[in-house]
Amino acid sequence: MQLIDRRLNPSGKSLPNRQRFLRRARAIIKEAVSNTSAGRHIRELEEGGAVVIPASGIDEARFRRGQTGRREHVLPGNRDFLEGDRLPRPPGGGGSGGGGGEAGQGSGEDQFSIVLSADEFLDFFLEDLELPRLERRQIAAMKAETPRRAGYATAGSPANLAISRTMRNALARRTALNRPRPEEIAALEAEIEAAETRGADKEEIALLMERISILRRRAMMIPYIDPLDIRYRRFELTPRPIAQAVMFCLMDVSGSMTEHMKDVAKRFFMLLYVFLKRRYEHVDVVFIRHTDEAKEVDEDTFFHSRETGGTRVSTAFDEMMRVTSERYPLDSWNIYAAQASDGDNERADNAETVEILRNKILPICQYFAYIEVGEAGRDTGLSSLWRTYETLGDSAPAMRRVSSRQEIYPVFRDLFQRQLSGAGA
Amino acid sequence: MKGPLLFEGADWGFDTLQRAHDAIEKIAVGEMGLSVYPNQIEVITSEQMLDAYAATGMPIYYSHWSFGKSFVQSEGAYRKGYSGLAYEIVINSSPCISYVMEGNTMTMQTLVIAHAAFGHNHFFKNNYTFRDWTDPSGILDYLVFARSFIADCEDRYGVAQVEGLLDAAHALMAQGVNSARRRRRPDLRSEEARQRDRRLHDEKMYNELWRTLPAGAQKSAPSPDDSLVRKLLELPQENILYFLEKNAPKLAPWQREILRIVRLMAQYFYPQRLTKVMNEGTATFVHYSVMNRLHETGQINDGSYLEFLSSHTNVVMQPSFNDPRYNGINPYALGFAMMRDLERACLKPDEEDREWLPDIAGCGDPMGALLDIWANFRDDSFILQYLSPKVMREFRLFDLVDDPKDPTLLVDAIHNERGYQRVRSSLAQTYELANHEPQIEVHSVDLAGDRKLILRHNTLGRGVLVESDSRKVLRHVAALWGYDVLLQEVDPDGRVLREHTAGASIS
Repeated sequence: MQLIDRRLNPSGKSLPNRQRFLRRARAIIKEAVSNTSAGRHIRELEEGGAVVIPASGIDEARFRRGQTGRREHVLPGNRDFLEGDRLPRPPGGGGSGGGGGEAGQGSGEDQFSIVLSADEFLDFFLEDLELPRLERRQIAAMKAETPRRAGYATAGSPANLAISRTMRNALARRTALNRPRPEEIAALEAEIEAAETRGADKEEIALLMERISILRRRAMMIPYIDPLDIRYRRFELTPRPIAQAVMFCLMDVSGSMTEHMKDVAKRFFMLLYVFLKRRYEHVDVVFIRHTDEAKEVDEDTFFHSRETGGTRVSTAFDEMMRVTSERYPLDSWNIYAAQASDGDNERADNAETVEILRNKILPICQYFAYIEVGEAGRDTGLSSLWRTYETLGDSAPAMRRVSSRQEIYPVFRDLFQRQLSGAGA
Repeated sequence: MKGPLLFEGADWGFDTLQRAHDAIEKIAVGEMGLSVYPNQIEVITSEQMLDAYAATGMPIYYSHWSFGKSFVQSEGAYRKGYSGLAYEIVINSSPCISYVMEGNTMTMQTLVIAHAAFGHNHFFKNNYTFRDWTDPSGILDYLVFARSFIADCEDRYGVAQVEGLLDAAHALMAQGVNSARRRRRPDLRSEEARQRDRRLHDEKMYNELWRTLPAGAQKSAPSPDDSLVRKLLELPQENILYFLEKNAPKLAPWQREILRIVRLMAQYFYPQRLTKVMNEGTATFVHYSVMNRLHETGQINDGSYLEFLSSHTNVVMQPSFNDPRYNGINPYALGFAMMRDLERACLKPDEEDREWLPDIAGCGDPMGALLDIWANFRDDSFILQYLSPKVMREFRLFDLVDDPKDPTLLVDAIHNERGYQRVRSSLAQTYELANHEPQIEVHSVDLAGDRKLILRHNTLGRGVLVESDSRKVLRHVAALWGYDVLLQEVDPDGRVLREHTAGASIS
């Protein structure tokens, strides 16, 4: 007998097949992922986990007989039946034998669950979402150049010597110029030696010597490797476009924003944050909160600290303009903004808000989304800010209302659906 | 005769495994007279067991998404605790490979070695279905060849192409076996060489000039009549995969080779489907006898023996039909009960045994009788011949007739004098594959017309095919055949009940 310990063999033998399966069942899994994610917390969203998919979409068809026709079953455990007894059909059995006999035949399970890793989960979740109008504005940036192989050169550093190409050229040249091969010379030498030992006449030997000296001269004149043959691998620096984007998160933190509203807004921003971080290499996020004055803050303060005061949306826009002009030149950054508010604004500020939004913010933004958060189950009608934005007509930002956690995912998907027609409208 | 204990406690080590194997071998081969392939026992982790599950238990297999699907399924069920893992997997190969889990206790390892490395191993080596249909010494090499061939095709022709072909071939796997006895024994070792020769031949015969010959006017051959076509194509043919491999007009050589791989694998697994009850019954009987003998000779202690009994009892439990745990007849339970019953009938027969099991009752040599049975029967014939009234009474078997024309179910026979014969033959029939799987054969090809392939399902009065699935499978057949396909469902009188068609997709 041979005993083999296989425990140290690499595991994960089934992973390639698993990948293939996920690819195959992509559409179904994606649907399942977006269904599951509706009820999830953001943290969990990043954790992956199990999703349940219907087995019908990925079944492997076989020729099967239907349940028609007379069938006989032999079953164990008869306690009180006698020959000739008639039994009612089990409910819902659809003609399957007594007490669910023959289970396991037929098409098998109806659904099963798949455990997805965090990355897989997010991939499925964010698959068809994209930042709209991402123009590749920035060409030359810090790590934007990469060397790429581009043919051969006659000059270069020794490290880049292309040996096989050089030898090929050399061989071609030697062949073309008919350089005598070492074997030919060796053969001739052997012939001379043979002639000498057998005592051939001088004339013959001189003739052979003459031939060999010609060959030797040719071999001297035609080098084995000529500088002409040498080639180097050539590299070209190609600029790599980088999609740089900055995302402004604007939020009203005045007293009228309840904890619930802030929670909903926070979820939206966090989702956005997850999305951006995955999708793009260079994404800056700027958090601006405002009451009747606006301030750029860090993430933690943005979500967690409380402020009191009135509400002037225009101050947030001013702050955004300031940050943009200081740090994000328009020719190298794509600018996106998302604003969350309960819709309150000081009446006197409305005109100025529209003014600055129309003339300064919207022209520089690739995309501006406005999320109006409300209390769940309470329809308060159109808010003043909403109505104000609506006066912008066709150029108004993308606006959605959200009042509960469950709506966040649909709204988010809605806003960032790929191939958005006329983004920003 | 009391021997020293083989081991104490639950922990196992490689030397204890070796000792246990040697002790078992002495009993199984020396006393019981089993004849086995050399054993190779491999210790694996639970994760590797899950991997092995997915690839039909084989150590090497080609890649396909459906294996990923079954991996995801069993992994999910295992993680949630719905299902435990098997204690072992055994492969019909020579040397016979048994996987044992590292998490088993030493008692379980002993049980598993007796069960798999001797019980199953003996059955693989001696049962006629395996001898006829499988080539255990060549299978591992063949799997290596199959995997690299298919991976190579994926590189050359694209993953999607190969995957589509495998999907089609897998859909026809059940129709890819020859159920009649083979003329010659399979020889998987020569498969790779055969494939290489064929390719070299093609390369040698290739001549660029042939391509430049002007195409003459198409000669229209006289349309052959149907009976001649059927004779030339060796129809009817039950093995649809074989037929397509040999005759589908549009397939490239690599596509034929992949069909062949799937077909040979289907054929390799075919005996396992014929002998579930016997195979498990044999293995269970062997481990039961071996463990008892080890205990009798003092090589395992009472604690181990009780642990063995407890897990053995779980394995051979048969829930009643109305028990929520009921999931068909447990092949371990039925097989083991029948083997034990035969052993008893050989040694202490009563009147009933002399009537029902006349050829072995009282012969006094239970092992001789069992070895003969293990070699020469498969499930349906085994049950038909050796299911005794005593086992039927133990299991309280009854025969239930489900006739859709009838509003109620009829108890046709129970375990009494009048019913034994009917219960026995009815149970034997449920183990006949022909009764589970639709009998579909290649009936004819319309060579005079549009090259339509005509398949025929002989319903044998047991109902027609499920429409949606059949349509999908037929589409696969049409894709392989390259032209339209017609499937007729005929009743025993030859009347056509229903027809399905699938058109060849334009590719």
